[in-house]
Amino acid sequence: MPVVKAVTCPVCGSLCDDIELTIENGRIVKVKNGCAMCEAKFLGYCCEHRVLKPMIRKDGELVKTSLKEAIRRAAEILAEANYPVLYGWSNTSCEATSVGIELAEEVGGVIDNTSVVCHGPSILSIQDVGIPSCTLGQIRHRADLIVYWGSNPWSAHPRHIERYTSFSEGRFEKSAWRGYVTKIKALVGRKKIQSAIKRLVLKKPSQISTHLEPTFVSPIMRKGRKLIVIDVRRTKTAEMADFFVQVEPNKDYELLQAFRALIRDQELAVDKVAGVPVEYLEDVADAMVSCDFGALFFGLGLTMSGAKLRNIDAALSLVRDLNMRTKFIIMPMRGHFNVTGANTVSTWQTGYPYAVDFSLGYPRYNPGETSVVDVLLRKESDAALIVASDPVSNFPHKAAEHLAENPLIVIDPHMNVTAQMADVLIPSAFVGIEAAGTAYRMDHVPIPLKKVVNPPRGILPDEEILRRILAEIRKIKKKQEAA
Amino acid sequence: MGEKPKLRVTLLTGRTIEQGVGKEHGKSSKEYVESVSVCYMDPEDMKKLGVKDKTNIQVSTAFGSVVVKAQKSLRAPHPSVIFIPYGPWANVIVDPETHGIGMPSFKGIPATVEPAPEKPVLGLKELLELQFRKG
Amino acid sequence: MELLIRNGFVYDPVNGVNGEKMDIAIKNGKIVEKVNERRAKKIDASGMVVMPGGVDIHSHIAGGKVNSGRLLRPEDHFKDFERKTVTTRSGVGYSIPSTFTTGYRYARMGWTTVMDPAMPPLEAKHTHEELSDTPIIDKASYPLLGDWWFVLEYLKNGQIEECARHVAWMITATKGYAIKLVNPGGLEAWGFGRNVNSIDDPVPNFGITPREIIRGLCKVNKLLNLPHTIHVHTNNLGKPGNYVTALETMECVEDLADGDKPVIHITHCQFCAFKGDDWRTFESGAEEIANYVNAHSHVTMDMGQVIFTDTTTMTADGPFQYILYTLSGNKWVNHDVETETSAGIVPFHYRRKSFVHATQWSIALELALLIKDPWKILMTTDHPNGGPFIAYPRIIAWLMSRKAREATLKKINPKARSRSLLPSIDRELSFYEIAIVTRAGQAKALGLKNKGHLGVGADADIAIYGFNPEEMEPSKKYKAVRRAFKRAAYTIKGGQVVVKDGEVLKHMDGATMWLDVQLCEPCEIELNEDMKRRFKEYWTVGYENYPVTEDYLAVSHPITVKADV
Repeated sequence: MPVVKAVTCPVCGSLCDDIELTIENGRIVKVKNGCAMCEAKFLGYCCEHRVLKPMIRKDGELVKTSLKEAIRRAAEILAEANYPVLYGWSNTSCEATSVGIELAEEVGGVIDNTSVVCHGPSILSIQDVGIPSCTLGQIRHRADLIVYWGSNPWSAHPRHIERYTSFSEGRFEKSAWRGYVTKIKALVGRKKIQSAIKRLVLKKPSQISTHLEPTFVSPIMRKGRKLIVIDVRRTKTAEMADFFVQVEPNKDYELLQAFRALIRDQELAVDKVAGVPVEYLEDVADAMVSCDFGALFFGLGLTMSGAKLRNIDAALSLVRDLNMRTKFIIMPMRGHFNVTGANTVSTWQTGYPYAVDFSLGYPRYNPGETSVVDVLLRKESDAALIVASDPVSNFPHKAAEHLAENPLIVIDPHMNVTAQMADVLIPSAFVGIEAAGTAYRMDHVPIPLKKVVNPPRGILPDEEILRRILAEIRKIKKKQEAA
Repeated sequence: MGEKPKLRVTLLTGRTIEQGVGKEHGKSSKEYVESVSVCYMDPEDMKKLGVKDKTNIQVSTAFGSVVVKAQKSLRAPHPSVIFIPYGPWANVIVDPETHGIGMPSFKGIPATVEPAPEKPVLGLKELLELQFRKG
Repeated sequence: MELLIRNGFVYDPVNGVNGEKMDIAIKNGKIVEKVNERRAKKIDASGMVVMPGGVDIHSHIAGGKVNSGRLLRPEDHFKDFERKTVTTRSGVGYSIPSTFTTGYRYARMGWTTVMDPAMPPLEAKHTHEELSDTPIIDKASYPLLGDWWFVLEYLKNGQIEECARHVAWMITATKGYAIKLVNPGGLEAWGFGRNVNSIDDPVPNFGITPREIIRGLCKVNKLLNLPHTIHVHTNNLGKPGNYVTALETMECVEDLADGDKPVIHITHCQFCAFKGDDWRTFESGAEEIANYVNAHSHVTMDMGQVIFTDTTTMTADGPFQYILYTLSGNKWVNHDVETETSAGIVPFHYRRKSFVHATQWSIALELALLIKDPWKILMTTDHPNGGPFIAYPRIIAWLMSRKAREATLKKINPKARSRSLLPSIDRELSFYEIAIVTRAGQAKALGLKNKGHLGVGADADIAIYGFNPEEMEPSKKYKAVRRAFKRAAYTIKGGQVVVKDGEVLKHMDGATMWLDVQLCEPCEIELNEDMKRRFKEYWTVGYENYPVTEDYLAVSHPITVKADV
């Protein structure tokens, strides 16, 4: 059975490129090295919810049609539109996004990618403050302090910790895995002892537990990598942490500013910030200042709550300030596997990472105005092209409503929620499984995506479908000019 | 019977690994639907409301109201904070306002929770038909 | 296709042609002896200057760092955008233009070959994707190798040949063109927030000095017979007193020189020609550098001219960019790349009224005018570090006209003016010399045999400028010079007319040049077990996914190099 090695996983922004797939009769039958999401994608992509034929809405129902007809209809919709939105892009290749931008320019529409509803605020803050960052290997080799803030890699980026941070093996820093295992064993052991004693002696465990407490070295004094987790919930990741700071919802901004003061050795005149005792925060701030190389990863817990982009401003400023004392970097935990690539291509071709408006013939950028949710909430768009995304299930109801009212073209392998609303539905190949391309990891490292199996008959990659639509639009326009 | 118990809470929406895996199975799959039509609650809060694991509850915000299944949070304690995974159910009640930066508010939305054992959790198709009259 | 350019004043220094009125014949993209006069398309260049297409040895136009700069600065783009036309794509400027706009703007000025000087090997695909999206011009990129762990380790152990073999592999794997060193050793130190302070300051954790790295890679460069020399951004860049470091850097490879052949290129020399102990006692070290260069033949350099404008600084020199951030308080991007290099970005406004900035402006011109041999000092702004490349016409005017220099001198900081050497310099470059510092010399330093001249067999990359040297004195009519170079009358790329009267006629791909370095004994480095193991240990990307495959290049133009190892 052929085994394909060094496959890049097209699920999350970690882009693990060490996946090994076993192929049998043109199907993937075994996945090695992947996480649960990776396995589900490679083994389950060919599921029953796959669309295999292009479809067009006739009399309110989606009916099967030819690819040619679907492309012609899609081109007509876009050529007729005054202000179409082209949205999605983070689950496809950079090559597809590139054609998408050309298409948006041709029809004078708005092209936006999913970062607008995830790390959009992070980008706005970077444009205000800048960002001290690095590639993930730099963290693996050097970081002795890792902070996850408002992000839960255990669920969203399952191999992040093992490949790049606390449990990875670097040149100057070793994996903290062993220490973690000992700690967990001790904890489990302690629980067992406690319950045994409880059963035998029938005393309250709290009274005797003090002298049975395994003696940990204080986390600050300990050598090796340390892990700090800051979150509103005690996530699975938090359980691994040396420090867990449970911040009250929507209070991240206060906490960040408190840290900024603490690392400048200023004293806080309150007992608690964001529900956390100041003494505890002082310990955490100490750990930040006294590390050799710190890395702060932040997730949507920071970008989506409370002060949104002001949270990120404060986080970026905190890390920037920390560079006066030591080496510290910060990185957003990007979700979709190629959301970074969508930003990257958009930036080199138009100057702007997302929410690019071509209605005046040149790239214009003003998130809040040219961003897709706002365009939809203002009910301005008169057609939509959605590629490799499911905005109807991700956007607030009000925005999704206008999207569903627009003549809607969907290019996606799945019959997702948006696809069910489509007027033209063109099924596509899975990028990274049935089509090759390039994706950018969350740290901006470009990694090739492989084609490991053939797509079903007649199914094309996004890039090719878009090229055909673009060619068809140009034909229509030429005809109109001639007429 | 007295007035129904009602709890004021803060709503967070976000990713879970079940939702991540379910998503890869396809958005119409049972795995996906079951992974996103739930609401994780602090057990103490559930006690206050008198709801058990898997009881239907109604979550309401200024923007809408939706019925989902209550689920005991493994990440407690987080009193007065509830969590619904990203998906069509959460979207009914999140805040569409982008405050001029392009992103709606998906986290930290004031909400109320009440038991709704008599109301059904809508399936994906019913939910969409109700909302969009299309599909 | 045949093309005949008639009656222009031709400046082709490589072939010793100095303003003679002559015809240039083109066939199939190359310059030929003659063409069929009846069939050929004719361009009347009478009363105009004809030169080889411009060549830029050092301009940051593509890759991760440039793109982070674009992302960082929407305010840079708002004021400068280009609409889509029937033939061209839309885009934005100003200091960090989008890729399409970059290609068009170079072509409009008559430039046809541009080298991106700083490619982090791990992110080489990104650089190439952008280069492929940069239309019209030919281009290449230099991988950053001066802080690569492999290099540090092999040189530390004295394994020059082993080092050379790995550098050869890396250049070919990244589709690169030359060995680039940026603050050698300093970037590795920056991994832990530190730096090195002289060429003899040991690199933490590696037990090697910048001197050893520079000498080692200079030897590697010779062993591999690469067309360009090592391309060096010196240690201590941007610090007062650093002209000493620049001199030491040039001196440290003096003994490696082969006759008159250069072995080192000191890039954007203005930034390492600072005298003085601090910013208050800051002054020009141009004279000392020029004296050294005038007495030695193993060095070429480029200017790194400062332009008084708002621009975006970006270098692989992470620690330098951090200093710039602390000096300016502007927003700051840092991006370190595992086992290889780093990068930093800070927006920067050079002001005429600032003593330091005005002195920097003067230093670059002093270097260009005091170094007697124009083949040794090439014109750049280190785009966008000293200013955007669209300022080239202004620099040409300063070089050609004392009057133009005086006009600017009048407006700069008085203390800088009184200390500037410029009023004492009468030299005014001729068109012939301008052709050297902007194309012929650049192509020669790069070892590009088919570029930078108009001899038979050369690539038909040609610029025609609307300036009549018989009727006008460039030193007096410097504004006309500026206008002429701003919008070429014609730009011809590979035998095709791509620009006419400063307007782009055609969107076409340019080629990406890269070195296919062939070793004496072919060894498949990427397949050997030791390399696989080290890949796992050093990088977070597998060895299978690391190299840049040829399909990343829109038009691939490999240049075969036979190495001595």
